[in-house]
Amino acid sequence: MRTGPAARLAAWTFVAPALAVLGIFFALPVVAALLLSLTDFDLYALADPAHLRFVALGNYLDLLRTPMFWKALGNTTYFVAVGVPLSIAVSLCAALLLNSPLARMRALFRTALFAPVVTTLVAVAVIWRYLFHTSYGLVNWALGSVGIAPIDWLGDPRWAMPTIMLFAVWKNFGYNMVIILAGLQAIPQDLYEAARLDGASRWRQFLHITLPQLGPVLLLVGVITISGYFQLFAEPYVMTRGDPLQSTVSVLYYMFEEGFKWWNLGRASAVAFLLFLIILGVTALLLRAGRRRELV
Amino acid sequence: MSGIGHSRRGALQVNGALLVLAALSLAPLLWMLSVSFMPRGGASQFPPPLLPSAATLDSYRALFATTGIGRNFANSLLVSAAITALSLLVNTMAGYAFAKLRFAGRERIFQLLLAALVVPAQVAMLPLFLLMKQLGLVNSYWGVIIPGMATVFGIFLVRQYARSIPDALIEAARIDGAGELRIFFQIVLPMLKPVLATLAVFTFMGAWNDFMWPLIVLTDQQHYTLPVALASLSREHIMDVELMMAGAVVTVLPVLLLFLLLQRYYVQGLLLGSVKG
Repeated sequence: MRTGPAARLAAWTFVAPALAVLGIFFALPVVAALLLSLTDFDLYALADPAHLRFVALGNYLDLLRTPMFWKALGNTTYFVAVGVPLSIAVSLCAALLLNSPLARMRALFRTALFAPVVTTLVAVAVIWRYLFHTSYGLVNWALGSVGIAPIDWLGDPRWAMPTIMLFAVWKNFGYNMVIILAGLQAIPQDLYEAARLDGASRWRQFLHITLPQLGPVLLLVGVITISGYFQLFAEPYVMTRGDPLQSTVSVLYYMFEEGFKWWNLGRASAVAFLLFLIILGVTALLLRAGRRRELV
Repeated sequence: MSGIGHSRRGALQVNGALLVLAALSLAPLLWMLSVSFMPRGGASQFPPPLLPSAATLDSYRALFATTGIGRNFANSLLVSAAITALSLLVNTMAGYAFAKLRFAGRERIFQLLLAALVVPAQVAMLPLFLLMKQLGLVNSYWGVIIPGMATVFGIFLVRQYARSIPDALIEAARIDGAGELRIFFQIVLPMLKPVLATLAVFTFMGAWNDFMWPLIVLTDQQHYTLPVALASLSREHIMDVELMMAGAVVTVLPVLLLFLLLQRYYVQGLLLGSVKG
């Protein structure tokens, strides 16, 4: 290997553009966000930086006393706590079905189930808004035909978040399905052969072979999905604008409004950092639990 | 005998369940397509019609004539193509260097990049907006393109793939007196073709569907990309179902077709990317 100065210079020329972009337009802003969250940067500071004041942890303490922040955090937690298990359960079922030796036309089914993943979130959110319309929506019409009274899906504070969960599951279950499917295909077939010889039922095979073998894959899928679901934003932005009764205001939606509607950039940065810490904490707990069960 | 009957019932259950899941997955998209061809006001009836009484392109005509969505379509195409082309070049060069070239701190820098994956992009967005404002790039295409020009995911993907290139091949070219750039473009790049295809599809679709950052950095209708334009349209034309569905078709169809054509590459990228953990 040649490692003269010319070769080293060449190497740096190759990585420099990428490191410059990531450094200036990602790393620098992340550090700046931390500093910004310690100031009272607002509309006045935006006009004239001389108005900027250092407030230490003021924004964070302030947020912890703001009911709307807790509401947003509660809504987001609700979305994650119900949405993630639901989403992974659907992905797992779909992957098991696709992996069944009895399944026909697998490639076609896989494509169909995966299609929602590649669609544009904003566009399909608009579709769902009409499908779940109280009077003209197909969903209420279908429910009506089996005698269920119309539900005000996106206008009732009890139903708005569950509707968004359903939407999110529909939109992204195909993603995890593909990963789980690859995991299923990697399970050695002789494990099942042995279990069959022992007379183990399908259900017992699933519990004692499939699930444990899928452990690491499910853990990975869980981490990806949890951090993705905590970043809920476009769905409430398009479908409900945070309403009804702020039941669909998510943490990021709150950050967006604080930052780009009211220009409280200091406060909004504190929101972003708190969300980051929460995601980090939850995924670290999950990974630690996985490590304890020797999944990673 | 009973075994055959059993497996036939099983096959019916498995395929029936798959059929239901596929129907649920596709129904909203098919409904969107159907409504976009309905005459104006055709969808807002009870019971809601599944198919247009008479197929018409009225909504598409109205959409392109009154909302300026043609411009937004061109914006999306331009921004997504630019991000794809530029990031492909930047990520490939970096990924190759991390895999095959020696320089001080290589492993440490790469570890740092991987660690950066845990930081949600939104954390950077507020200061990034201020930075763009300083640079005069708010409400410009560059404001969307530049932050997308390099991604850790892309660098990682290329690095994994480039590691399989034999060192002897690169060394032989060096001995023949080829410069590093020539080695990269004439020897390495052709060998990276499969991973470049995967990365290109992934990047283009990601850029096309991206919403939050374009929403923040683009401030007028003329510069909006399709998702941002559609979100703002849906606020003005909430009652106009057919028009909105035509807009949704225009937004979704390009990526959906791209996926159908190149899904092999897309799924590959998804699987490779998910083992980054």
